[in-house]
Amino acid sequence: MSVQPIAAAPERFPPLPDAGPSRHRGRLPFSPWHLVLAPLAAIMLVPLIWMVIVSLETRQQATSFPPVLIPSSLHFDNYSAAWNAVPFGRFFINSLLYSLATVAGNLLFCSLAAYAFARIRFFGRNVLFVLLLATLMVPFQVILIPTFLIVKQIGLVDSVGGLIMPNLCSAFGIFMLRQFFRTLPIELEEAARIDGTSRLGILFKIVLPLSMPALATLAIIQFMWSWNDFLWPLIIIDSQAHAPLQLGLSQLQGAHFTQWNLLMAGTVMSQIPMILVFLLAQRWFVRSVAFTGIK
Amino acid sequence: MPSVTLESVTKRFAGGAVAVDDLSLDIADGEFMILVGSSGCGKTTALRMIAGLETPTSGAIRIGDQVVNEVSARDRDIAMVFQNYALYPHMTVARNLGYPLRQRRMPRADVARRVHEVAEMLGLEELLKRRPGQLSGGQRQRVAMGRALVREPEVFLLDEPLSNLDAKLRVQMRAALKRLHGRLGITTVYVTHDQVEAMTLGDRIAVLSDGRVQQLGPPQEVYDRPANVFVAGFIGSPPMNLLRGRVRSGEATAGDLVVPAPGVPDAEVYVGVRPESLRPATNGLPTLGFEVAVVEPLGDEVIVHGTVGAELIGAAPEESEAALLAGNGDRAEAVACLSPRDRPAEGSVIQLAVEPGEVHLFDAGTGLAIR
Repeated sequence: MSVQPIAAAPERFPPLPDAGPSRHRGRLPFSPWHLVLAPLAAIMLVPLIWMVIVSLETRQQATSFPPVLIPSSLHFDNYSAAWNAVPFGRFFINSLLYSLATVAGNLLFCSLAAYAFARIRFFGRNVLFVLLLATLMVPFQVILIPTFLIVKQIGLVDSVGGLIMPNLCSAFGIFMLRQFFRTLPIELEEAARIDGTSRLGILFKIVLPLSMPALATLAIIQFMWSWNDFLWPLIIIDSQAHAPLQLGLSQLQGAHFTQWNLLMAGTVMSQIPMILVFLLAQRWFVRSVAFTGIK
Repeated sequence: MPSVTLESVTKRFAGGAVAVDDLSLDIADGEFMILVGSSGCGKTTALRMIAGLETPTSGAIRIGDQVVNEVSARDRDIAMVFQNYALYPHMTVARNLGYPLRQRRMPRADVARRVHEVAEMLGLEELLKRRPGQLSGGQRQRVAMGRALVREPEVFLLDEPLSNLDAKLRVQMRAALKRLHGRLGITTVYVTHDQVEAMTLGDRIAVLSDGRVQQLGPPQEVYDRPANVFVAGFIGSPPMNLLRGRVRSGEATAGDLVVPAPGVPDAEVYVGVRPESLRPATNGLPTLGFEVAVVEPLGDEVIVHGTVGAELIGAAPEESEAALLAGNGDRAEAVACLSPRDRPAEGSVIQLAVEPGEVHLFDAGTGLAIR
């Protein structure tokens, strides 16, 4: 632990095969990989840019074919129209409640379960853990109806509570935190035990403070997931007053007629928090993908 | 300060491996006890059972008069220093030191006072605001000691606390530890594989192998009168030369070494001679021919590696490998420590002598010391 490595630590990511030799450096001011990655990034960005363009067009421009990619005038009033067409503020608050509550729930409950799986020896632990992992492979559509029936029994249909409850804890979160907890040196927990800390105390005072990267990652993933969730709100929510953003936005989309420019304006607004979260937490997010190896 | 007693303690792990086998040990009040042995001998498991981090499969552990088998680690009033120090990385040195006290709900002012006392004692005042990641190995080690001492525990457990330090720092900390123990007088159990630490620090040392105590006693006694072949090969550096030999009518023979062994019945034996007992031949002492292979001058002495005309036994693990390398069955690898004046030439054959009183004899069947 204390011994400094004699050789320089290896690079976190080994250089890509083509990036290494210095003969490339003379000709290109960047890695040759950027020649591949930049076009791919552009392709990924097209729908986003198109969404912004359509949100600034008139209704005729939005539905014309071929699509108008450079509108002659910019209609920022689409945004206020979309805001007023539906109770946007209400949807926004519902989405925020849904996302923050599920993030908080996941951080707490997944930590507790993950710590048990990581460190406490109990009968059937491995079997239980494998079962838990197996549920990762069950698509939500399969358990949608049973979940609905349970929530209905509890009496939470058409409420933000019903939206939140089934998502307070996730198998993915338990799995991810367990993997992380297992990488922490066990001596820290043993030292804390000798120093007079209880099991829960060890989790909250030692393990969780050292797991900030994993917790941040889980929080971001869960926030994005809840914010963008559409299917579960569609099933459980009937009234406009309890609808989150993604469900509310669909009201701009009629069976026979869709106001594409307003829908896109609303979608842009709904994505702003997402983009903010991503920009703020990019570092954690990239790390998370690297260290879970999934998602 | 209480005593610590292990009564026939056995630890069998889930896989069936026996780490500690029927271990009995009486550690007196205020004593500095060393558990020494090569890796996997069960010394750390024994320490962890005293700490309450492992539960014994059978037997009883007492601290003072109380059997503590069922007492959790945090209620045993022990403190432990881990090999990798186990400092809490997210807390400053001050918070690390104060942690055991805060866990016991000591008033804030008292915590601060104790932290400063301990920091002063260990020279950590300057470092209180730093985090473990910003400390050197020696500083971390001192913080770990401080965190263990801050609570004034009844028993102090150390698991190879110096093994991650460089040689110079290790010598300093060894002396500091001894001073500290002299001042505080806390009952201490210290696990190490380093026999220099064992010899210098301990009031008594327990040499462990395969989960059993091979010998228990004051360091000098263990060095002077090893109870069996394992202890003979383990304690002492370089290790004792152990040669296959036999006793016939009051004379022990190993190769060309013939030593009087009055009163010893005829038997197959191992003859043990410490490297430092060998000296250039003088009149009247038993001698053996020593073919010099390598000479290592250390300044104050020279270590001479070579072979003697006898069969080696593979007692200590390091030696069995040497024996394999030596290959030749009728010549054994041997080591002698000589004064620089007597430095032999590499490749020469010299006669080395030994006082008969410094020759150890072990029964070849049981490995136990005959004298």
